[in-house]
Amino acid sequence: MSALHDLSVAALAGRLKAREVSAVEVAQHFLARGGAHAGLGAFLATDPEVTLAQARAADARIAAGEAAPLLGVPVAHKDIFVTRDFPTTAGSKMLEGYRSPFDATVVRKLAEAGMVTLGKLNCDEFAMGSSNENSAYGPVKNPWDTSRIPGGSSGGSAVAVAARLAPAATGTDTGGSIRQPASFCGITGIKPTYGRASRYGMIAYASSLDQAGPMARSAEDCALLLSALCGPDPDRDSTSLDVPSEDFTRALGGSLEGLRIGVPKEFFGEGLADDVRAAIEAALQQYEKLGARRVEVSLPRTELSIPVYYIIAPAEASSNLSRFDGVKFGHRAKQYTDLLDMYRKTRAEGFGEEVKQRIMVGTYVLSHGYYDAYYLQAQKVRRMIADDFRRAFTECDVIAGPAAPTVAWKLGEHGNDPLADYLADIFTLPASLAGLPGMCLPCGFGAGGMPVGLQLIGNWFQEGRLLNAAHAFQQATDFHLQQPEGVQ
Amino acid sequence: MALTPDDIRRIQHLARLELQPHESEHMLTRINGFFAIVEAMQAVDTAGIEPLAHPVAAFQDVQLRLREDVASETDQREANQRSAPAVERGLFLVPKVIE
Repeated sequence: MSALHDLSVAALAGRLKAREVSAVEVAQHFLARGGAHAGLGAFLATDPEVTLAQARAADARIAAGEAAPLLGVPVAHKDIFVTRDFPTTAGSKMLEGYRSPFDATVVRKLAEAGMVTLGKLNCDEFAMGSSNENSAYGPVKNPWDTSRIPGGSSGGSAVAVAARLAPAATGTDTGGSIRQPASFCGITGIKPTYGRASRYGMIAYASSLDQAGPMARSAEDCALLLSALCGPDPDRDSTSLDVPSEDFTRALGGSLEGLRIGVPKEFFGEGLADDVRAAIEAALQQYEKLGARRVEVSLPRTELSIPVYYIIAPAEASSNLSRFDGVKFGHRAKQYTDLLDMYRKTRAEGFGEEVKQRIMVGTYVLSHGYYDAYYLQAQKVRRMIADDFRRAFTECDVIAGPAAPTVAWKLGEHGNDPLADYLADIFTLPASLAGLPGMCLPCGFGAGGMPVGLQLIGNWFQEGRLLNAAHAFQQATDFHLQQPEGVQ
Repeated sequence: MALTPDDIRRIQHLARLELQPHESEHMLTRINGFFAIVEAMQAVDTAGIEPLAHPVAAFQDVQLRLREDVASETDQREANQRSAPAVERGLFLVPKVIE
């Protein structure tokens, strides 16, 4: 029989429901495993008492005959979601020791579905980064090669799933923060259409882009979690859409016969590494074998998505992060002369370098005399990028391409050059700017035996179609079942 | 268009962020490196294009809701102030602002 940590979410749920194992036993197993692999740096906080209390409650619900599909299955949350029962840091010194008085909606919904929380997962500070090296609590190591980054910003989430320290995790995606680490760690993750998952209690980075989503080992597992975490939150999140959640597992199993897969030529330019190109090409051929038809499409403003995103996101971040002033929560400087000095020193001490840079850029582009030239211009080009997708989706049903131009790079390789990280976000930014659902699934291996992920982008509200396309691929291949050798 | 040390001083004041001189200098280099890639965006002809704020508005009408103006929360003052750096008699303490 497979070890508990090798089971999918669906299989674990089945064994729990059949009472072959209890939620407490499952939780204890994963807590011990997390402790044994603490060196990967995935977890920022655990609390066995809290976890086991949740597991006992799940066991009671199972004993009472409840059959919710996720009941008793463990999950771990990116430390950007606030939680009452665990500390929340957002990967920042600013929030060291912070306890939220409430749970994020996504956390609450998964708890109501009966999931048991294993702890909080490392991430880039305030979700700003592509390598997880911007965490104030140390980098996370990629289990496929611990000298490499796991990607970011949901790096801890990707590593927890890839190393089988948790069967599933939550992540957030502002410019690719679910899809890119999923690609680098060989797991599956999906970001739904902007507005389908509540942002309430997700510490805000860029409000018009931030979306929550699940990360797991298969599309089927992602479908189970996505069904539980989506849904309107009208009183808590003004941008939440009045679109009911779906049972996304019902979309799985459909034929891909005649599915038109759009391949944007701009995703296959010179910047794409040969090993990634080869794996993506093979995946597209696999889709053709499954009955899909390949169509060339164009997203002509792909490159422009980098400056557009890195203007809009910092602008919104500079406004969102103004709440960290040392008054109501978080760090306060020890020494200061007056109120203004307290603000300045508190923020200088609490924020890391990349966060400071984004606040500076954002403040500048929103300041008097520059707003039209930068922020407004970026929002206009953003509409043009969304219109490019609308046009492309008249010719295809899903769009496929790489999630990143290379496999995971070495820790420290980009040094102190944030621009290198920004440029590597090129393939995930366009769908984020357009608010489209996007996912990533493992489709092969490249240099150094590192995983390569295939990105699928769907039309607005077409999460079911994406998950079905990914599931069909995973039924025909076994890339998602491969495990990093170093983590037994 | 490159930023100058004066710009950095002005922005760090607006952002309520104290930077040491060496940090300011480093920040200036990094920010100017970034703005080099922004020029391509500024060169785009956007005449007649409406800015896009809620991305789904590119696809369908999106109404930003206002909820009813009624109290929906019970008093959570103690819980809300638990993580505050300085509190006294239910109030957040800040350095003296009025002489």
